[in-house]
Amino acid sequence: MSAKKIVEPIVKGQFTYRDLPIGAMIPIPATSLEYKTGVWRTRQPKIDYGRCIKCLLCWVFCPDAAIKRLDDDSVKVDYEYCKGCGVCETVCPVKAISMEEV
Amino acid sequence: MARQAQERIAIMGDEAVALAVKQSNVDVIAAYPITPQTIIVERLSEYVANGELDAAFIQAESEHSALSICVGASLAGARVFTSTASQGLALMHEIVYATSSMRVPMVMAIANRSLNAPLNIHCEHGDVMPERDSGWVHLFATNVQEAYDLTFIAFKLSEHSDVQLPVSVNLDAFILTHSVEPLTPISDDDASRFLPPRQPLYSIDFDNPATFGTMALPDTYMEFKYQLKEAAERAGQVYPKVAEEYARISGRRYWYFNSYMADDADAIVLVLGSTYGTLKAAARRLRESGLKVGVIGLTMFRPFPENQLVELLKNAKSLIVMDRAYSYGGLGGPLYMETLAMLYRNGLRVPAMNVVYGLGGRDFRLDEAESVLKMALDGARRGRFDEHVIWWGVRA
Amino acid sequence: MSSQAIFYKTPKDLPREEWFASGHRLCAGCGAGIAARLVFKAIRGPTVVVNPTGCVEVSTSCYPYTAWKIPYVHVAFENAAAVASGIVEAMKILNKKRGKKLHDVIVFAGDGGTFDIGFQALSGALERGHNMLYICYDNEAYMNTGIQRSGATPIGAATTTSPAGKVIPGKQERKKDLIAIAVAHRIPYAATASISHPLDLVNKVRKALEIEGPKVLHVLAPCVPGWRYPPAETVRIARLAVETRYFPVYEVEYGRVRINIKVKEPKPLEEFLKMQGRFSHLLRPENAHVLEALKKAVEENWERLVKLEESGVTL
Repeated sequence: MSAKKIVEPIVKGQFTYRDLPIGAMIPIPATSLEYKTGVWRTRQPKIDYGRCIKCLLCWVFCPDAAIKRLDDDSVKVDYEYCKGCGVCETVCPVKAISMEEV
Repeated sequence: MARQAQERIAIMGDEAVALAVKQSNVDVIAAYPITPQTIIVERLSEYVANGELDAAFIQAESEHSALSICVGASLAGARVFTSTASQGLALMHEIVYATSSMRVPMVMAIANRSLNAPLNIHCEHGDVMPERDSGWVHLFATNVQEAYDLTFIAFKLSEHSDVQLPVSVNLDAFILTHSVEPLTPISDDDASRFLPPRQPLYSIDFDNPATFGTMALPDTYMEFKYQLKEAAERAGQVYPKVAEEYARISGRRYWYFNSYMADDADAIVLVLGSTYGTLKAAARRLRESGLKVGVIGLTMFRPFPENQLVELLKNAKSLIVMDRAYSYGGLGGPLYMETLAMLYRNGLRVPAMNVVYGLGGRDFRLDEAESVLKMALDGARRGRFDEHVIWWGVRA
Repeated sequence: MSSQAIFYKTPKDLPREEWFASGHRLCAGCGAGIAARLVFKAIRGPTVVVNPTGCVEVSTSCYPYTAWKIPYVHVAFENAAAVASGIVEAMKILNKKRGKKLHDVIVFAGDGGTFDIGFQALSGALERGHNMLYICYDNEAYMNTGIQRSGATPIGAATTTSPAGKVIPGKQERKKDLIAIAVAHRIPYAATASISHPLDLVNKVRKALEIEGPKVLHVLAPCVPGWRYPPAETVRIARLAVETRYFPVYEVEYGRVRINIKVKEPKPLEEFLKMQGRFSHLLRPENAHVLEALKKAVEENWERLVKLEESGVTL
């Protein structure tokens, strides 16, 4: 079962009680990935890769797992989920992240 | 398969329930002591302590936690039992609703006792009635043998794939919990065949991670509650199949109710719990004098066995509903109000009266049972009752 | 095992796996969100989380959206420790009888569900000795219902039920000492941690999981709307809480206290307070006595811990 299959009928209002798992259980993990919190954002982080030292602190502290840690330990903002809090900017030790108006 | 020889023993109601739980392949027991249920958990803790029962016995620090422990254990896939009474059940109230709505199977024995205040430890059904609308299946025993048998049936019904609901087995405080009565147990082998280890439909499992106990907003909440309604009603359809299966190993056949000569009775008295036995004995006497009385003792209170009751009541000329509980400020006791609604919506215009009795353990003797039956006969003869509700024996 | 065990030396040692997924609805900059992500990075195998009603619960398990990649159970507000007790014992007996895989059981509860309404269930579970890790993410008030005071709210803080009034300027009572109470149950491990010090936090989680029996971890998790500060400041404020000795980071292992972050020269408490709207009234002259009371509580707590550590007494 996919997250889409669980989420879509609810979003579209196309379901009956028979389609729902019993006891309001969600039978699969991380269906929240279908909920794109990036639309909350009014400011967004921009990474200056020239300055980034790959310390990973922005990745560690992001409350939304919206900073992705890539194989080479460089980081990338996932704008689908980034709420624009700016924690990454304040924890960056080399000022490689700046918040910009959306 | 031939039934094994069954030996009759003498045992208290509480002990009989504990024995049934021990024979039911139970995995986790969590409870908090409260009179008059205590003996159940004392016996179970002895079974576990002596190695006669391979289960986890947890004495919680409150009934609220006891039921919460049971919810966690059942979600983990265990067969789970708890028991309580009165204040303990009231303290559990919040989790009672969570248990059924989260569709968590388990069995709870309730030693029906009055609710404070004034403090009183004796028999009343006022403790379970606030849980009436929770979605639990509520079964009532009329004697010790039934309390024992219904415990097995309760586990099977609770875990049935079409049900997945918690089930309570109600037994009257002291009258059943502490009375020694004859009991014919089933053999351990028969018990194991009837209740093999639980196979949960789903459980807490890291390899299949599910989220249990979500928040549902107005867009889905009603559908989840409708599922609960359907499941509770389905429990009524599954119940006779489970009871039939139990009859094959025990020789004892359970139905939605016990009834004594109700088929051709003019006047019928409907009741819950042990008072059925008293009324039955009184009715037998009256029948000997040619008086056409009948008695129904409801075994299944939730789901309410409407169709089967209507069938039995359709020719009655009068009905007295006896309640060992009351809805203060309401139209009467809970069983009475439910019965009135049933009669009305099935077009039965049988005169019906409510006798509220035995609150806080006040005795209801054989001669009083006879008086109530005669009162019912009088209603049948006159085609009406003068009052809606009477409080039996109250010094008013 | 060694009490100095370090499982994660640098951020690079932290697993990439996100057991707490994106798409949850916690506020932007939420301290509890940071705590949740970090805590579950430190799991060591099959794990189930029990989460009582609260911010994290409503934000991560709103049907049909779950942010969890591990089994998750919510039942009610005050019973997380009890639900977890049932899961622990069921896993144990089912493992023995039918070979079910054992799971680590972690409770992740807010301060309301821990200090107040869930307190009895927690005490019962600690006394019974179930093998579980109970984590309280502490944002120092009932944030989910709109910032009401809890037993974890500090002296002076303004909440919607302890407002900064003309006569009564904020909460007048001290914060409950959760770790002291937990330790009084003679549990093997209790500790505090702050989201500002992530390696300390994840190592404590992992260390606690290795210890058999009940463990309690108390994690400071600032709240943007409740503490009233800009969302970008969450980590900075949590760090100031440690650097001012407002929130000492220590552990109590088999009764022995060890302060993990020695704050030799604390920053003035005002630096922590002035960033937060909930304390703004404390910096006005007429409320100097409340500020003094808060400072006294902070200093007394720190000195008590230092004495306990230096004396080597077993609690």
